[in-house]
Amino acid sequence: MISKKVLITGNEAIAEGAISAGCEFYAGYPITPQNELTAYMSKHMPQKKRIFIQAESELAAINMVFGASAAGVRAMTSSSSPGISLKQEGISYIAGAELPAMIVNIMRGGPGLGNIMPSQADYFQATRGGGHGDYHCFVLAPAYVQEAYDLMFLGFDLADKYRNPVIILGDGILGQMMEPIVVKQHATRHTPHVKKPWALTGCLGREPNIAKSFYMREGDLERFNLKLQKKYQVIKAKEQRYEGLFLDDARVIIVAYGTMSRIAKSVVINLRTKGERIGLIRPIGLWPFPRDIFRHIARNSRRRKFLVIEMSYGQMLEDVQLSVEGKLPVEFLGRSGGGVPTEKEIIKAIKSAKS
Amino acid sequence: MKKIFSRPKSLREVSTHYCPGCGHGIAHRLIAEVVDELGIRERVIGVAPVGCAVIAYDYWNFDCSEAAHGRALAVATAIKRVRPENIVFTYQGDGDLAAIGTGETIHAANRGENLTVIFINNAIYGMTGGQMAPTTLLGQKTATTLEGRQANLQGYPLKISEMLALLPAVKYVERVCLSSAQEIMKTKKAIRQAFLNQMQNKGFSLVEILSPCPTYWGISPTQSLNWIRDVMSKEFPIGRLK
Repeated sequence: MISKKVLITGNEAIAEGAISAGCEFYAGYPITPQNELTAYMSKHMPQKKRIFIQAESELAAINMVFGASAAGVRAMTSSSSPGISLKQEGISYIAGAELPAMIVNIMRGGPGLGNIMPSQADYFQATRGGGHGDYHCFVLAPAYVQEAYDLMFLGFDLADKYRNPVIILGDGILGQMMEPIVVKQHATRHTPHVKKPWALTGCLGREPNIAKSFYMREGDLERFNLKLQKKYQVIKAKEQRYEGLFLDDARVIIVAYGTMSRIAKSVVINLRTKGERIGLIRPIGLWPFPRDIFRHIARNSRRRKFLVIEMSYGQMLEDVQLSVEGKLPVEFLGRSGGGVPTEKEIIKAIKSAKS
Repeated sequence: MKKIFSRPKSLREVSTHYCPGCGHGIAHRLIAEVVDELGIRERVIGVAPVGCAVIAYDYWNFDCSEAAHGRALAVATAIKRVRPENIVFTYQGDGDLAAIGTGETIHAANRGENLTVIFINNAIYGMTGGQMAPTTLLGQKTATTLEGRQANLQGYPLKISEMLALLPAVKYVERVCLSSAQEIMKTKKAIRQAFLNQMQNKGFSLVEILSPCPTYWGISPTQSLNWIRDVMSKEFPIGRLK
């Protein structure tokens, strides 16, 4: 596989990553701050004889993804917070029909129409299910433009492997920022390594396939839900992802994801050079949450503290608290509505956590 | 002895859940017969609605997808774009196609998606207990219009087929009904045309079928057929619109 280096925005990197990872179908609806993604797809998908549709609504876009995925190809939509809220019904159907799908949320400020500033306030919506019913989506949170590109491969693979929707949760800063990245030149097109015997292709030489999430007979839905739960247990055990920094001796461990983790990391590295025992956990997967590393630290050490930093008023905070099981203190710093915690604010929060 | 009549292969050997006198069973069978006669059973992908026909895929014997309420044409659009060699159709009621799914209906039609749409108009929401549909007639009593539909409160019966026929990308729109054996044969012919159009890549084709719902019209199956002939088809005239 040949690679080349390009300067590209996060939104474009996600689009290029999807194309490289074999995405055959994209449907989207304009919304800021993710428009570059849709525009990139509109240009590059048809060039590669793949399908791009500008849908009439977010509802149509996510239900097109349902149809394309049911027909057996890698399918994707993208949007930003209010648009993702509109897609929730469709995501629930996709999870209920056990279809793979890729949904990108470049988060902006909420609630309501909010604003177009970066935010991380959709964490609950993404990690708790979001739509109706007992289901979960994979949630992957890139912090770098390169990582945004790379996670599209992992995301589509996870979606196919577990027949489950995947959400890429980025924020407006990541979407808009440009960084040099390495892209792959020859990607798999039809992803032949993934067999989809359940896909709707016409019932030539086999019994008919049905893509559905409807179970009316008594007991059927409960049985199906238990099957989903079993799948989620496997995912929770096998698919935790994080980056850890200075965890061996850190007295204060900052926990941050996405853009927020970049600011936190630069603080951690600066303070380390001054001899301060600070560390960082950057969850890369938000669902399943990398619970085990928190449990391990909490069960095996004393006199340590966690400091959760988010562009929200404390959503991932709850997952950290649940993982730590009350064994170590968990402090919090957060701003929302377009506010981003600054290095100065972080240093102050660390000082107060240490005292 | 030569067998001259049998169950279409595209119809499974099961009994349906529909009420006595309902039109869905007839419409399902007509589609199955057409699919068999065109020899496309192994190429067809149906998209079932939310409404009384929600489990139509349990009755047809070919690949099918469900769709969220109103979204059948979004789902079908994607299936057809991904698999242009397959024959893709939606089967939707009046609430699904002309109320909650109006946006998907108009835009799939306006894009000229090469799809076949079977639109069952029975002027009522059956599955949920007989509430007003967008196509409910003025004066018609329903669970949510106890005194009858009034234009100043609930608007007029929505003629979505006429609206769709105005769009340049729409190739074929015909309204038919199930009120008699003769009308049923005309209905089958229209369904066949709508499938043929897709096979010949002609574009968006829709057949609106006026279909009886004795249960929620509160009249007998025979009276229901007469009501289609004498009342409903006056509001929704039978014939080719495009």
